[in-house]
Amino acid sequence: MSQHSLARRVAALVGTSAVLVALAGCSTPAAPGGTDEVVPGVSDDTATIGTHTPLTGPAAAGYSSISAAATAYFAYLNDNGGIHGRSIEYIVKDDGYNPANTQTVVRELVQDDEVFAILNGLGTPTHTAVLDYLNQNEVPDLFVASGSTSWNQPEKYPFTFGFNADYVVEGAALAQYAADEHPGKVVCLLGQDDDFGDEMIEGAELALGADGLAAVERYSVSNQDVAAQIGALKAAGCEINILATINGFTALAIGTAAQLGWFPKWFSSSSGANYETLVGYLGEDIGPKLLQGLVGTNYLPASGGDSEWVTLFRQINDEYNDGAPFDGNTIYGMSVAYLFAEALEAAGENPTRASLIDAVASGDLAGNGVLPLSFGEDSHAAYLGVGITAVDQGVQDYVGATYAVDGGAVTAVDPSPVALSGEGVPGS
Amino acid sequence: MDRLLFLFATGLARGAIFALFALSLVLIWRAARIVNFAQGAMALVATYAAFAVTGVTGSYWAGLAAGLVAGAAIGLGVERGLMRFTPHSSPLSGVIVAIGLVMVLQSLLGILFGAQYRPMRAPFDDSPIMVGGVPLLSPYDLFVLGVALAVMAVLALLFTRTSLGLQLRASAFAPEVSRVLGVRVGRMVTIGWMLSAAVAALAAMLLVPTELGLNPHATDMLFVYAFAVAVVGGLDSPVGALLGGLVVGLAMTLVTGYLGATVAPIGVLVLLVGVLLVRPGGIFSLREARSA
Amino acid sequence: MSRLLPSLRGIPRTIVLGAVLTVFAIGATFLLDPYRNFQLATVAAYFCATAGLTLLIGRSGQLSLGHAALMAAGGYGYALTANAMTDAGVTGIPRFLAGMLAAVVVSAALGWLLGLAAARLRGPYLAGVTLTLVIAVPAVASVFSGVLRGDQGVQIAYDGVPPVLERLIAVEQWQAWVAILVAGVVVTALAVFARGPVGLRMRAVRDDETAARLNGVRSGRVKVTAFTVSSVAAGAGGAVLCFATQSVSPGAYTLAFSLLLVVAVVLGGLGSIGGAALGSALIVLLPWLLAAGTAALPLPVELAQRLSGNLSILVFGVLLIGVMLVRPGGLVSLRRRRPSRSSGTATAAAPAEQPATTASPPAAAAAGARHP
Repeated sequence: MSQHSLARRVAALVGTSAVLVALAGCSTPAAPGGTDEVVPGVSDDTATIGTHTPLTGPAAAGYSSISAAATAYFAYLNDNGGIHGRSIEYIVKDDGYNPANTQTVVRELVQDDEVFAILNGLGTPTHTAVLDYLNQNEVPDLFVASGSTSWNQPEKYPFTFGFNADYVVEGAALAQYAADEHPGKVVCLLGQDDDFGDEMIEGAELALGADGLAAVERYSVSNQDVAAQIGALKAAGCEINILATINGFTALAIGTAAQLGWFPKWFSSSSGANYETLVGYLGEDIGPKLLQGLVGTNYLPASGGDSEWVTLFRQINDEYNDGAPFDGNTIYGMSVAYLFAEALEAAGENPTRASLIDAVASGDLAGNGVLPLSFGEDSHAAYLGVGITAVDQGVQDYVGATYAVDGGAVTAVDPSPVALSGEGVPGS
Repeated sequence: MDRLLFLFATGLARGAIFALFALSLVLIWRAARIVNFAQGAMALVATYAAFAVTGVTGSYWAGLAAGLVAGAAIGLGVERGLMRFTPHSSPLSGVIVAIGLVMVLQSLLGILFGAQYRPMRAPFDDSPIMVGGVPLLSPYDLFVLGVALAVMAVLALLFTRTSLGLQLRASAFAPEVSRVLGVRVGRMVTIGWMLSAAVAALAAMLLVPTELGLNPHATDMLFVYAFAVAVVGGLDSPVGALLGGLVVGLAMTLVTGYLGATVAPIGVLVLLVGVLLVRPGGIFSLREARSA
Repeated sequence: MSRLLPSLRGIPRTIVLGAVLTVFAIGATFLLDPYRNFQLATVAAYFCATAGLTLLIGRSGQLSLGHAALMAAGGYGYALTANAMTDAGVTGIPRFLAGMLAAVVVSAALGWLLGLAAARLRGPYLAGVTLTLVIAVPAVASVFSGVLRGDQGVQIAYDGVPPVLERLIAVEQWQAWVAILVAGVVVTALAVFARGPVGLRMRAVRDDETAARLNGVRSGRVKVTAFTVSSVAAGAGGAVLCFATQSVSPGAYTLAFSLLLVVAVVLGGLGSIGGAALGSALIVLLPWLLAAGTAALPLPVELAQRLSGNLSILVFGVLLIGVMLVRPGGLVSLRRRRPSRSSGTATAAAPAEQPATTASPPAAAAAGARHP
């Protein structure tokens, strides 16, 4: 009842109103379905795009370098004139491989940062959480960094396009290679307990038949102990293990088996076959020994090979990426960035979200892989085949075998790598 | 059968680490009557210090020594700088302050060192020795068991045979009377914290080389396991911590070995709830449960 | 507050206040843009949980470090029911209501079980058990991955704006409306409950269990009731969160998040529902502000990566320690005359016993006047 409390109450009221006005002032009311003349994220001299990726957390090691590499490529591109005179600005947001965070950061990107498109969103569980949102809001969702087949549903998700060779293709290729090179050996699989694992199993069974896998074990990312699973696989007498694992767990599996004195052949999906990252986990002393002969899949230029793309990417990495280590992730990040630049170029002088989608779906993009891209009106998958790689004395390169999956059957094909053109700058 | 023996042996080694960490919780409980929820984070800071020193000097043992010193230092800092000022009118405030401390320490480690997993090398071979074709303990596991038992023996001697130990125990049980008899109770409490933090640091340093790598969340599960051990063994009883540690270590390793590591937290939860409902004082506790 | 509606007393007043503030908050959504509305919906969802938690800790003296697990139970209950309904062809309001009902039932059941255990446990032991519970959430999702789909979580069908309102508002605003409405109902119910006889018994048990028992209060039953009621609120919050984000996964309900809920109620003021509102807003807005701040600074990429996420936790940890040491009454105690320095959660919660302000998200938090 004293003036004390009156003054306090007035102060509180004024304070709250000020905060309210500030919050409202720096935001604009929702305008549902209003037609905009302005294309979000595109101005006369910049095009802004965004991504969600794990920069922290257990999945970060092995994936956080991808966005840095892409950023480096965009810096190189911008220095060389950009695309149609526009620099590309790449906003990278951390979601810690946690689908709940992905929801938040993607909404931030679309609503707060008003990006033109989402590029290379990383992770199967994480990106699945925002598929509906992006397609409902008609935001181009390009080149998702995951091999799930969910990104290839042109009717349900017309704005989403994949990039990685999907897990069914990888599983099939690895299993077929096992059957071709090591006929009669016992083949098993260790897989992540989500779509990643499910689809690799599907692919392996495509090649080997419904009971081609002698044993299947699953693991969960939240728990870093696979001793039980490895023990079970050993007890089942497995000779070739197909790994549907991310890098950390590939290392765990190989390391745990070595501790048990067990050295089977390891065939890993490209998501978990990055040699340099694996050596980082296993240690410089025993890593190379344990990883000798590791079989993997790939569809981009190999770091151990002599592709002109790799030479160019090494230069870009040295100049624009603060001397970060050069590995498969660097090549991946720059390849995705290159593909986006190609798509933006094809979208025309005055790109809109619709023209960008059309450019990709037209199937005219070339990319830079060992196989041509498979985009089309009814295919939103980039690569429907993969090449087999192997690690020999610390060098990871293609062995020549390439497989494609077409209509439920695995066939061996010839690789046809796309040549470098225009110094890696589309439209020049 | 091989698998059972292997898991049994590993379980013992793992249990020794849990016992050591639980012992540190018991030490704090006896000295200050609180469950220190920040024990894991404090031990982790010491482990990072050890890692840094090993990185600079190249010697595991220098790192280990540095880690112990760092642990004691953190115990000192937390007790003198924080816990002394915490209101003791309710046990909840101590827990809440500890939670705040955990958040501060873990985020600082994340900011200073990043979230990457940094592999820590063990000083001895990590692969199991083959006894008649059956993989059993590795040399490193034997080292862990040896160290744990030695530390527990030393602490037991300290508490029962030395004057310092007598003073520590007196300050914990009857602070007023001890003060009257000339014991510097405040200093004893601080020493208790320092000892406890150093032991916890040792446990963490023994554990991390067996995991994927050092990271800001490496000791989360260790704390949960050690808490379960302390509850099973009784927060008042060091012997209970030892026995409880071995029991929990064995149980958990068998569970994760056969059912998979994902089940582990559920196993701990079931164990914890079971023991707390049936014998809140702990299975091995010899006296009635003290109310918080 | 009694100055505003002097003619009403007691429970009717609480209900009317709750209704007024809810309408006020819904009105505020017209002022905000889509992303702010999404944040508002999140704050409302958290508010359900923190309101229950603040009563649990502040009024009945039981520290739960695992309230995120109860929210997760609600979220999964909602998601699974919503999917079952979608498969059966039911959509719209019936599906939403059925989902909410399932969420509340599941979280109430889990809360009841937890309460049974809690009744026999003292402070730190209960804290430890709830800690283990929230750590076990990803494990449960993995073990029952056939139904709960492991780390990937469960996705539900998109719930767009109802055709009637489609021309007027965007989807984020609609979601904010639903969230605010649910929060309004749940928190008003909590406030009514707290003012009633059970609330009184809760405070009696917290302050001196033995004395309460001597007076005929069945302390075990009171504790269990407190736990169950706060779990219902948390489950509702989890369900609303699932509705707004169309998915539920273990990653949304981590130990870190559970501790953040505790931070929210302590910073706001234990035992005070108005404090819970302030705390919920704080834990959503402060990280966002910090992130915007660090983005504006020209930091090297590596440092910026390390700061993201960690900086807000550091700030919250410091604030938590600071508040407990200096001002255990939390933010709401700033609006009262300085309490005596005999701190501790027991006495700090005492001033909050005066009619709890039913407040809703920040739009209206301090707008009401309060008796000093």
